[in-house]
Amino acid sequence: MTLERAEWSAIHRDAAAIGLATGAYAVSFGVLAVAAGLTPAQACAMSLLVFTGASQFAVVGVLGAGGGALAALAPALLLAARNGVYGLALVPILQGRRARRALEAQLVIDESTAMARAQDDPRAAHHAFLATGLSVFVCWNLGTLAGALLGDDLGDPRALGLDAVFPAAFLALLAPQLRRHGAPVAALAGALIAGALIPLVPAGVPIIVALLGVLPAIAVVRRARVRDSP
Amino acid sequence: MSWAALLALAAAAYALKAAGPVFAGQRDLRPGLSDVLALLTLPLLAALIVVQTFDGGERLVVDARLPALAVAALLVWRRAPFLVIVLAAASTAALLRAA
Repeated sequence: MTLERAEWSAIHRDAAAIGLATGAYAVSFGVLAVAAGLTPAQACAMSLLVFTGASQFAVVGVLGAGGGALAALAPALLLAARNGVYGLALVPILQGRRARRALEAQLVIDESTAMARAQDDPRAAHHAFLATGLSVFVCWNLGTLAGALLGDDLGDPRALGLDAVFPAAFLALLAPQLRRHGAPVAALAGALIAGALIPLVPAGVPIIVALLGVLPAIAVVRRARVRDSP
Repeated sequence: MSWAALLALAAAAYALKAAGPVFAGQRDLRPGLSDVLALLTLPLLAALIVVQTFDGGERLVVDARLPALAVAALLVWRRAPFLVIVLAAASTAALLRAA
């Protein structure tokens, strides 16, 4: 079965748009990383090897404020922890050989997971994961290089409204998944948990604890299954 | 930051990403488990939207991101194309900040 050509080009277009928006943030990351005392080589190595934006910004934020490397690692790991959940959620979609899965795992981030999960067909989901992951990977690393070498910020991404791109994009990618049984309950519970926790706990923790939102959804699914069974 | 600390962070970040796909991958999943896995990303994505809209460094703030998200929500509901949604959100936030 081949995917419709229109569906493929829609995936590529959306993946490119997400990549460009993250690329603009990567320029800021490169600038902040060098200002916080990293060498340009370290800034680029971090984008290549760590490749998870929120964690990287947390590291240079702590270092820039005068904190040590150990103090920087804790928030970075809290923010990276959600990628572990994404990895689990992507198990049904990433079904190549083990070596290939090991390579593709580096692309497990918010954007690639959301794009993959927004597709109905498993092949489209895998393609959306790869297209988005690679698009963000290329733009993120080129942006970091530019920011680290030029040193001069190309402007505040917020002035262009680019910070509003991400919640809008994730909302657009969340919406088609809400048709699934129990999904609206899971999403609403996750949103409420995160909103309640933002003022109370360190960055990264609200999103991880929001995972508990899946529990009422599982209860809803279970009850429906009991009701539907003869 | 030392290279050792940087590489340790990279290793930990990769281990988190790879745990699922590398060690649990390519198994026939029970349908019930598959359903749960499909639900896992929903509360996380919803939480991500809330954090990216309201987070002001460990406190909730309302700024140009909220009207931008409202415009995006309207367009999502009207089934607008993805590009239109993200461009409209960015323009809304940019215009409100410029005003």
